Amino acid sequence: MKILVAVKRVIDYNVQIRIKEDGSGVVTDNVKMSTNPPDDNAIEEAVKIKEAGKATEVVAVTIGEEKAQETVRKALAVGADRGIHVKVDNSLEPLAVSKILEKIVDKEKPDLVFMGKQAIDDDCNQTGQMLSALLNWPQATFASKIEVKEKSLEVTREIDEGLETIEINVPAIVTCDLRLNEPRYASLPNIMKAKKKPIEEISAADLGVDTAPRVEQIKVEEPPKRKAGIKVANVAELVQKLKNEAKVI
Amino acid sequence: MAVLLIAEHNNKDLKAFTLNAATAASQMDEDVHAIIIGHNSGDASKKLSELPVIKKVISIDAPHYENFTAENFAPVITKVAENYSHIVCSANTFGKNLMPRIAAHLDSSQVSDIIKVISNDTFLRPIYAGNAFATVKTNDSKKCITIRPTSFDPCESSGGSAPIENAEAGEEFTNTKFIKREEVKSDRPELGTARIVVSGGRGMQSGDNFKLITEVADKLGAAIGASRAAVDAGYISNDHQVGQTGKVVVPDLYIAIGISGAIQHLAGMKESKIIVAINKDGEAPIFSVADYGLEADLFEAIPQFMEELNKLNTIQK
Ligand SMILES: Cc1cc2nc3c(=O)[nH]c(=O)nc-3n(C[C@@H](O)[C@H](O)[C@H](O)COP(=O)(O)OP(=O)(O)OC[C@H]3O[C@@H](n4cnc5c(N)ncnc54)[C@H](O)[C@@H]3O)c2cc1C
Ligand SMILES: Cc1cc2nc3c(=O)[nH]c(=O)nc-3n(C[C@H](O)[C@H](O)[C@H](O)COP(=O)(O)OP(=O)(O)OC[C@H]3O[C@@H](n4cnc5c(N)ncnc54)[C@H](O)[C@@H]3O)c2cc1C
Repeated sequence: MKILVAVKRVIDYNVQIRIKEDGSGVVTDNVKMSTNPPDDNAIEEAVKIKEAGKATEVVAVTIGEEKAQETVRKALAVGADRGIHVKVDNSLEPLAVSKILEKIVDKEKPDLVFMGKQAIDDDCNQTGQMLSALLNWPQATFASKIEVKEKSLEVTREIDEGLETIEINVPAIVTCDLRLNEPRYASLPNIMKAKKKPIEEISAADLGVDTAPRVEQIKVEEPPKRKAGIKVANVAELVQKLKNEAKVI
Repeated sequence: MAVLLIAEHNNKDLKAFTLNAATAASQMDEDVHAIIIGHNSGDASKKLSELPVIKKVISIDAPHYENFTAENFAPVITKVAENYSHIVCSANTFGKNLMPRIAAHLDSSQVSDIIKVISNDTFLRPIYAGNAFATVKTNDSKKCITIRPTSFDPCESSGGSAPIENAEAGEEFTNTKFIKREEVKSDRPELGTARIVVSGGRGMQSGDNFKLITEVADKLGAAIGASRAAVDAGYISNDHQVGQTGKVVVPDLYIAIGISGAIQHLAGMKESKIIVAINKDGEAPIFSVADYGLEADLFEAIPQFMEELNKLNTIQK
């Protein structure tokens, strides 16, 4: 089996984001960027499946500006075999991302596409499902456990009510939850080795995909701040405040 | 054109958030129709027809719809959507799984997890774990929108009598097979809709100690929440997780015990009306959003809290 993994470069999850003064977006200049966290789980799972002898090749793909290539390098350093960087100048909506990924799937013919369940910047939670609709493939979203079978996967999904288990025939799409596995760190020798692994560069314009934005971002603003609270001295005071001041118990 | 609401249900009852989604839909256009797809779901269809905001119910019933598989749902909804300008459902795991599939079939750029309807094409949505609010306007002719249920009040649940129209089922998608669902059953209120939520974090130290949280929750008639760290450590099951990658809750009272207040956790609870934090680290970020902070060791504070609650004559339920 061949596995394609989509990885996205986002503002690091530890960064306290700042909103641009003109309300046009958030500040990304000189801000620490890293791989979208569940995408690390997606790569880890693909590499583990390969190590177990059940996959032949792991290909990491990213769609983004010049620097997005770092995200592919990182995937190569933890075990992906080669990379693809689809270059775009501006950020794309999930629909456009999934149309580009559809072209890459046509070209690479993977049996599985692994992705993160949501990107932590825009929290859209769409791309995997859109891609599987475009390909008419089965989808297993929010995966917290994957068992690889002959021509199918048994996947445990995290849903609001608890857990759900489904079986999907390959080719298929899986979107990964953070609980799927524990992503490994890249070792120094592997980081060095990854520098020699090939990354194919493709210009999005050459793929003939309509990536024009459909959604206008009119403004980005600070959410309303909570008014400052108080510290109570002890439990008795806490209960008294909840009862008589906030009137919630 | 009218708005098409996708009802979420369990073949018998409507899921509570369908009522919140109906409210949001009615703010986009007064003419709201609802589609309900399932198997032997007549009871749920009837309840849907009783929501006064719904003008018409479209019901599709077939065995392969029993388990709500998105691959089966998306093509039939896409077909029905021809006659509608907006397709709406909740941004919970049901809607998150389903809506993008419909949007891709309709070649529409979905707007996820909106918290406010500004006009019928402009919406407010949180980004970056709720650290920024984006106002977005969609130019697609079919607008696929998921709504954050806790940001909209539930609609009236009775008094309406919309006509129920049966529509034809689509083909079965055979490459996805449902195997099982493990639902955690409890008599406690549901986390998403509870008036009070008591949450525990890594500070609880073990699954056994989580019983302390359970006791407080039972006393207050509250739902139980948890941080991701507590779920990851196996103290409690995943359906209790609150946060950016878990559930969003907006109760009247949220009590965070042994939770540090990482931004990903705050994303799921900081809109709560009253927030209480109990933490032994006075510098913990959770105190920055707490209306009432108690700097204390939770293993001393919880038993005292129970004692004080027991002294009260009445507790609101
Ligand atoms: C109106 C609007 C304005 C925007 N403005 C900005 C802006 O000013 N600045 C900015 O930085 N972004 C902006 N974006 C972000 C946007 O381009 C996102 O990349 C896009 O919306 C994808 O959403 P998501 O990452 O939340 O998708 P999700 O569906 O949540 O992503 C799920 C998974 O899909 C895969 N994936 C997603 N994108 C890629 C990718 N590019 N390459 C490889 N895999 C991928 C990953 O595996 C990821 O885990 C904007 C988006 C919108 C809709
Ligand atoms: C992409 C991504 C998504 C995430 N999504 C979520 C999410 O949805 N929800 C979520 O919760 N997290 C999420 N996280 C994780 C988040 O970043 C934090 O790691 C997590 O919330 C920490 O949980 P915690 O507060 O229980 O643990 P800790 O940060 O370890 O805090 C434990 C707290 O307990 C206190 N404590 C310890 N012992 C006692 C005692 N005896 N008495 C009183 N206080 C005590 C400590 O002072 C400390 O403040 C996500 C992370 C990432 C990267």
